[in-house]
Amino acid sequence: MSSKRKLRVLVAKPGLDDHDRGAKVIARAFRDAGMEVIYTGLRQTPEQIVKTAVQEDVDAIALSILSGAHMTLFPRIFELMRKEGIGDVLVIGGGIIPSEDVPELKKMGVSEVFGSGTPTSVVVNYVVQHVRRR
Amino acid sequence: MEASVIKVDQLVDGVLKGDLRAIARLISLIENDSPEGLRAVKLLYPHTGRAYVIGVTGPAGCGKSMLIYRLASEFRRKDKTVGVVAIDPTSPFSGGALLGDRIRMQNLSTDEGVYIRSMATRGTLGGLAKATADAIRVLDASGKDVVFVETSGAGQSEVDVIKVAHTILVVMAPGLGDDIQASKAGMMEIGDIFIVNKADRDNADRAVEEIQAMIELGAQEGRWRPPVIKTTASSDRGMENVIKKIEEHVEYLSRTSAKEKLDRRSEGELAEALKYRLTDRLMAELKNDSNFAKLVERVAARKIDPYSAADRLVSEYIRERRRSRRKP
Repeated sequence: MSSKRKLRVLVAKPGLDDHDRGAKVIARAFRDAGMEVIYTGLRQTPEQIVKTAVQEDVDAIALSILSGAHMTLFPRIFELMRKEGIGDVLVIGGGIIPSEDVPELKKMGVSEVFGSGTPTSVVVNYVVQHVRRR
Repeated sequence: MEASVIKVDQLVDGVLKGDLRAIARLISLIENDSPEGLRAVKLLYPHTGRAYVIGVTGPAGCGKSMLIYRLASEFRRKDKTVGVVAIDPTSPFSGGALLGDRIRMQNLSTDEGVYIRSMATRGTLGGLAKATADAIRVLDASGKDVVFVETSGAGQSEVDVIKVAHTILVVMAPGLGDDIQASKAGMMEIGDIFIVNKADRDNADRAVEEIQAMIELGAQEGRWRPPVIKTTASSDRGMENVIKKIEEHVEYLSRTSAKEKLDRRSEGELAEALKYRLTDRLMAELKNDSNFAKLVERVAARKIDPYSAADRLVSEYIRERRRSRRKP
């Protein structure tokens, strides 16, 4: 039986910012790279994001934040992920996240942060390399 | 005990308890055609048969996801638990898929009584029908009262997938040129309830008339007459009518030789499973046969056609089995 395993990635926008062009570009890039992308749209709460990640059994979560609320949203998301037992899922961030906040975010568990303008191929390759095979 | 055996037992246990992660992991194993997934489905089978399966199909853009969201919410208000399997096409170019049906249903993501799973078609016709049927069995075994299956677009594969449903909703929207598409794809034969969504648009009434005319063509005395209902899912209008008709269909099915219907569905399930297993196992054995390689050469050299070659392999295989059975 041929291996049909596909990478499943959740692309979500937590919080209240409505700028989703970047998230859509990334979602399409993941799709073009052969991944199954669960795109949940705008205004997702941390609870919605984590529940979705569990139900969809995703390998990675890509969060797009342009509102500046990353230092509140990421901790809450990681707390819920641990509670639901999916702490090992790869988490990356994108959007507008100041570089001085990145070290703190990485300590929380964010694998990498890709500022807007990062070539999509870089993001795609990173996910493929760093996803934990489950 | 083998690690994989423990794993299967844990998954089965988890699914029966309604554990989200167990359900999620098992559906993934099913999608990836894993032997453990198959073992788990076998163990769960006795616990299936309770859930009521509602298929929702129709062309892209007619509002299926929003409709399911509204109907699921209605069922939740009646204290029923709900599962949703939302299927979207895999790109034939990249092998990837954009699964966006959840967007309309995200308010239900945090409802403990709802489980939503997005699936991609992954490009194989038979494979999708099997994976969908198994995913539904998992949700059934986990205790869901109602399971929605949403397929997008029109085509033979969608028709095949949706046949697992007890009640099939065919959804259309005015002005999408659907009436022709629908009759081409076999939707008219398969629909139990027809829904004209986005009924706030122009030509909604005309769409209803056209569909009713087509239903009249196929109508038979004493059989279920599919109703046509107008809805506007975006503003939550018409849902009570849809639920009412679903309940009427449930009642109709239970009245009219229920056992015969159940047996027919089970016959279909067994035939599908047989097709799948037969091909699998036979192919594995025959490909290892030295005759296979010899016949490949002869086919390439145009000394024999593929069908006759296949017949030879099968006949030889049957003869071998008879011979080995006769041995003392």
